Amino acid sequence: MTYITKPINHHPRLETNKLGLTRRDYEGAVSTLCAGCGHDSISAAIVEACFQLSIEAYRVAKLSGIGCSSKAPAYFLNQSHGFNSVHGRMPSIATGAAMANHELLYLGVSGDGDSASIGIGQFIHCARRQLNMTYFVENNGTYGLTKGQFSATNDLESKSKYGDENLFPAIDLPSMAIQLGASFVARSFSGDRDQLVPLIKAAMCHKGFSLLDIISPCVTFNNHNTSTKSYDYIREHNEALSKPDFVPLGKEITTSYEPGESSEVSLHDGSTLSLTKLALDYDPTDKIIAIKNIQESQRDGKVLTGLLYADPSAKDLKEILNITDQPLNTLTQEQLCPGKSALKDINDNLK
Amino acid sequence: MKKIESVNDFVIKFANVNGSGSASANQMFAKGVFRSGIPVSPKNIFPSNIQGLPTWFEVRVNEKGYLGRREGIDISVAMNPQSYGEDIKELRSGGYLIYDSSWKRDFGREDINVLGIPLTELCVNEFSNPKQRLLFKNLGYVGVLASILEMDKDIYITLINEQFKGKEKLIEPNVKALEIGYSYAEENFKGLCDIKVNKSDKTEGLILTSGNDAAGLGCVYGGATFCAWYPITPSTSLAESYSNYSEKLRIEIGTDKNKFAFIQAEDELAAIGMTIGANWNGARGFTATSGPGISLMSEFIGLAYFAEVPSVIFDVQRGGPSTGMPTRTQQSDLLACAYASHGDTKHVLLIPSDPKECFDFSIEAFDLADRLQTPVMVLLDLDLGMNDWSTKEFDWDDSKEYDRGKVLSKEDLDGMEKFGRYLDVDGDGIPYRTYPGTHPDKGAYFTRGTSHDEYARYTEDGDKNAEVLSRLLKKYQTASELVPKPVFNQEESTSSIGIIYFGSTDCSMQETLDQLDEENLNVDAMRLRAFPFNLEVWEFIEDHDLLFIVEQNRDGQMRTLIMAEGGIIPDKLVSILCFDGQPITASYIKNKINAHLSGVPAKIA
Repeated sequence: MTYITKPINHHPRLETNKLGLTRRDYEGAVSTLCAGCGHDSISAAIVEACFQLSIEAYRVAKLSGIGCSSKAPAYFLNQSHGFNSVHGRMPSIATGAAMANHELLYLGVSGDGDSASIGIGQFIHCARRQLNMTYFVENNGTYGLTKGQFSATNDLESKSKYGDENLFPAIDLPSMAIQLGASFVARSFSGDRDQLVPLIKAAMCHKGFSLLDIISPCVTFNNHNTSTKSYDYIREHNEALSKPDFVPLGKEITTSYEPGESSEVSLHDGSTLSLTKLALDYDPTDKIIAIKNIQESQRDGKVLTGLLYADPSAKDLKEILNITDQPLNTLTQEQLCPGKSALKDINDNLK
Repeated sequence: MKKIESVNDFVIKFANVNGSGSASANQMFAKGVFRSGIPVSPKNIFPSNIQGLPTWFEVRVNEKGYLGRREGIDISVAMNPQSYGEDIKELRSGGYLIYDSSWKRDFGREDINVLGIPLTELCVNEFSNPKQRLLFKNLGYVGVLASILEMDKDIYITLINEQFKGKEKLIEPNVKALEIGYSYAEENFKGLCDIKVNKSDKTEGLILTSGNDAAGLGCVYGGATFCAWYPITPSTSLAESYSNYSEKLRIEIGTDKNKFAFIQAEDELAAIGMTIGANWNGARGFTATSGPGISLMSEFIGLAYFAEVPSVIFDVQRGGPSTGMPTRTQQSDLLACAYASHGDTKHVLLIPSDPKECFDFSIEAFDLADRLQTPVMVLLDLDLGMNDWSTKEFDWDDSKEYDRGKVLSKEDLDGMEKFGRYLDVDGDGIPYRTYPGTHPDKGAYFTRGTSHDEYARYTEDGDKNAEVLSRLLKKYQTASELVPKPVFNQEESTSSIGIIYFGSTDCSMQETLDQLDEENLNVDAMRLRAFPFNLEVWEFIEDHDLLFIVEQNRDGQMRTLIMAEGGIIPDKLVSILCFDGQPITASYIKNKINAHLSGVPAKIA
């Protein structure tokens, strides 16, 4: 069912994390996606990231829109509340929910149709508002549930399974997100678990809008040899910026890399994403360089992956709106209702 | 020359150029009359435009408290040469015309009293700043009115002082402008006008405010901590009212942080999505919009209905269809709201009739939404939402507690064997909900718009889905018992003829009923205040042989709802419809009723 085999599911002695939980405690329902679907690998990576970070699942809210990707939240974190909303509108649900209670961890799972077409407006404004959430785009370049139409992230001249040519250029969500003010933007590949898991962990620890654009091949409709979103194509054209290693808060930072070859991004909670540079002389905190590199690699027919951009000092929406530290959904009537006494002045002012 | 004579009962209409600063002067005139103790109903009749087009402001002054619009103008303050023609035509015979006689004009009517004051000349002589010369003409005519109506001038001086509190520099020139008009009228118009304002005490216990202002305040009192909205006339001032009151009443002491979130969304779809997200997570959230916004929100409204997420939506109705008449009033979103969204859906509607009720129903809406776990829509209209009404003071009972509905706490969940989000445990169609993040291993569920079973699991089992749909009908039945009951004009029905009406029509209806009473026509009247209809509504309909349903729309939408929901035979339901975008008047309703009863076609009022 999954590309990354769920590890140790049947091992007699399951490894436990700081909370004494096993990976199985972070799993969800059995996936109903196609066998080999990249989305299932992403679900497995989310399980792994949450396990490693010892996240309390019930303090997570999983939100999605409509489409194959949006079914995925059912397949991880059984103990979390989920909300499978309407097509392309997950960001607005997330915005309202996160304003009501900023203390939960918000994982939004969307796809290329959901985010780059019907929901592009909400995607844009959610990034622009710096909503504190991790936004997964499980990007397969196709509409799977409706049987293989092109999506807006499919590359120009790429061919469908039926031989039709895509007439329009691809929307590049990471470039857009950086330009819009998102403060953590990464691209990865569902088949690269070593890169994906640390990126997910870092995105979840980042405060602000984190975009993970994850190329996730559709084995049924978009995995043929003329597709630019197939497993083979991505493996051949993947240009990883760096080899990430995530160091959570409180752990001594150790690195096995030579000085000068790695750069570290400190996240707001004190944790660190350590990046071993593989390809480019790359500063992930510089917006202009980030966009330039993405564009250049696109021109050269490469898919740039890794942490593309991060601004760990950015303010999130809760701070921008100056909302109380006590979550709004826990404020009591006494804290909210001005009462009869305040009405006297109000009435007097209206006479 | 014939002169209209009247004390504390007249209609005055101001004709101005949009964007010339006239609105605040006109408001001030109305407030001065209100402070003289006489109820007023000012109505802003404005174009969808920022600057340059004609705009009007109509004030009905009525000591009896009739606040509905009345046809015919007694005093016309015509400050816009573009609309002279129209303005003169509306003036009743014996009425008074005040105009800027810096440019003299013959209006071609012998039966009206023309009071010309060279306002521009006077202001040019007095003020050097070109902007002030223009602006202060407005206060000049307020001064004229204070003089000819024999009002207490000090009331206006006090109002000017209040309005410019904090900008004291502006008080002196404003008072001067008022005096210019006042003195000119004292010298030149003495004895020319027989309409007077005499001090009275009929505004005790009343305030002068709009439905939008009241509803925004009601949201603060109702415990709303979240508002997402998209600007649209005529609802914008509702969201702004919530924001303004929150900034005064909802700041955390010590930290200066906001105990509310106020987000201008990118469109109405996002506004309702955010509202649903906030409510799903246990905050009381609302959005405010108008007809086009309801159309855009419909998909999400269906989700909230089916997934059973509370949400409060204010629809301040304007003239439709499509973009329609954005600055005119109608009650034409009833069907769009009652059955909003695809599939089988039915929603709770609250229909307030004055600002005080807007305040009360806002609070009620949050309780009902939480209790019923469903969208609740509060339907205002432009006339009620944007115009100031003389309405009862706001009131709040400190012993009242919010009803947060069936929400399970961690302790509740600890003691439970099994939690099913959509299980009808109590038999009222309302299941129990949990907020995310409540319990480490109990109470989590998947909220979805897809078909689901009692445990919120996706199912394609048709019987299961039908069960859920049937339970939602049961919940709808429960809703009919919880929503506000109708209001009747008499305790017991005594006539075979009934009148059904709702919303802002109320102010004209009181007058109609008094007029019919004077004509010895005995009728019963029922004001609907909510949908679904409760038992009292059906009993009233059952008890009468002939029912007039008064609506401000073309298609008799309330009549359709009554027929559809109650299986009522259409024969005995007679529509009285007004859909010209102006608030319905008492004489219009009365004429239509009389015409129907006498079999003579109604003269259009």
